[in-house]
Amino acid sequence: MSSFMSASIGRKFLMSITGIFLISFLLIHLTLNLFLTFDDSGDLFNLAANFMATNPFIRIMEPMLAIGFVIHIIWSGWITLENMRARPQKYEFGDQLLSWWAPAKNMFLLGSMIMIFLVIHIFNFWVKMKFTGDPLLAGVHVGGAEMHNAYALVSNLFKNPWYDLLYIVGGILVGLHMSHGFWSAFQTIGFSNQIWLKRLKCLAITIGVVFALGFCFIPLYFMIKF
Amino acid sequence: MADIILNKIYVKVWRQNSPKSKGRFETYLVETVSQGTSFLEMIDILNDKLILEGKDPIAFDHDCREGICGMCSMYVNGHAHGPDAEVTTCQLHMRKFSEGQTIVVEPWRAAAFPVIKDMMVDRTAFEKIQQAGGYVSVNTGGIPDGNVILIGQDDAEEAMDAAACIGCGACVATCKNSSAMLFVAAKVSQLAKLPQGRIEAKKRAKAMVAKMDELGFGGCTNTGGCELACPKSISIAHIARLNREYLRAKFSD
Repeated sequence: MSSFMSASIGRKFLMSITGIFLISFLLIHLTLNLFLTFDDSGDLFNLAANFMATNPFIRIMEPMLAIGFVIHIIWSGWITLENMRARPQKYEFGDQLLSWWAPAKNMFLLGSMIMIFLVIHIFNFWVKMKFTGDPLLAGVHVGGAEMHNAYALVSNLFKNPWYDLLYIVGGILVGLHMSHGFWSAFQTIGFSNQIWLKRLKCLAITIGVVFALGFCFIPLYFMIKF
Repeated sequence: MADIILNKIYVKVWRQNSPKSKGRFETYLVETVSQGTSFLEMIDILNDKLILEGKDPIAFDHDCREGICGMCSMYVNGHAHGPDAEVTTCQLHMRKFSEGQTIVVEPWRAAAFPVIKDMMVDRTAFEKIQQAGGYVSVNTGGIPDGNVILIGQDDAEEAMDAAACIGCGACVATCKNSSAMLFVAAKVSQLAKLPQGRIEAKKRAKAMVAKMDELGFGGCTNTGGCELACPKSISIAHIARLNREYLRAKFSD
């Protein structure tokens, strides 16, 4: 199997499997985040955050998610490096078939920018909730149980318009990355043909737009409302 | 309709004396070219002029000049086989260009296709991939009856679509990763859809992909550029089939 992991299709197979896994994670992430905008008291979001922090299944999935990210990132670097090596001499008059901004041509760049965003994002919330703590997280009582006030931490951050802007850009980048990544993942695992190719491409754009709009909506909501 | 004559066009072409030597661009003026002239005929006209001037003519591959042999590998103004869709360079005509235009002509650029001289590249890598598994083993003997093995029309059509590949290398030249996936996918698909090809399907997919990787082609990132550049419009749906064939073979090991 080691030859499979380093073969061109094997490497891509790992990218697509981890990619689909990360998309399914983001779907849950976005759904829970949208609770921020449903209930201004923050109870609903705090309950959801508490559920995610205490549920044993989610606790198991957390390190798996980290592994998914690490594989997706390391393999992308490896693939990109190998692919650059396949064309040592560049064209004077480069490819004119795909536009310069096409996500398909810029997956590594988009992914790198998302990674920078991810690091900031982790330091904004996850590190504070898990390790360092924050005065804003002081316990609240929701439905008789005491829990972290995750809502206070999030809503406080989104009062800063620069962070709102950063999260909007992050949302757009993720949407662009997915608009290619989603159908590309299915193509790589072989689940595609003449008909499904069109359907998957259409679905990928829809998913990209939904995720971008969803993730942009939350900072926009806090920007306009508060 | 009378042809329009292009009084002046400039051809900026890659000149490289040998595989090891350093190449450079040189710009030549070509005068009074009819728009009905094919691109390769225009290069012929330029070469005549270069020979009369005592210069080295531009070396380029060409054979059938009717879009079948797949020899005329030229990257013209950022397009493999030039700015026209679904044609090879030999089928490209000067009506696609305008008066006074500078046309940039480069060889295919890929580590697996080293330049031999000027526009000529060594595409032996494609032959090696084919030799690794792009065949069916058939016992020799009498000619079998045509209808012994029945094949559905859809399968026959799809196999034929894949078999339209002329191995010109435009997919590799266009792909930002210099990946040969569309070529290998076409060669695997043309046999995978037919019962005669199923017998060696697993061995074929593994051997051809391993050879492709070994020869220094890049990996597929599904940009779809190859499909747009392919003079025979081979669909990237065949790449999905190759992935499926390869993964099935690997997982059943």
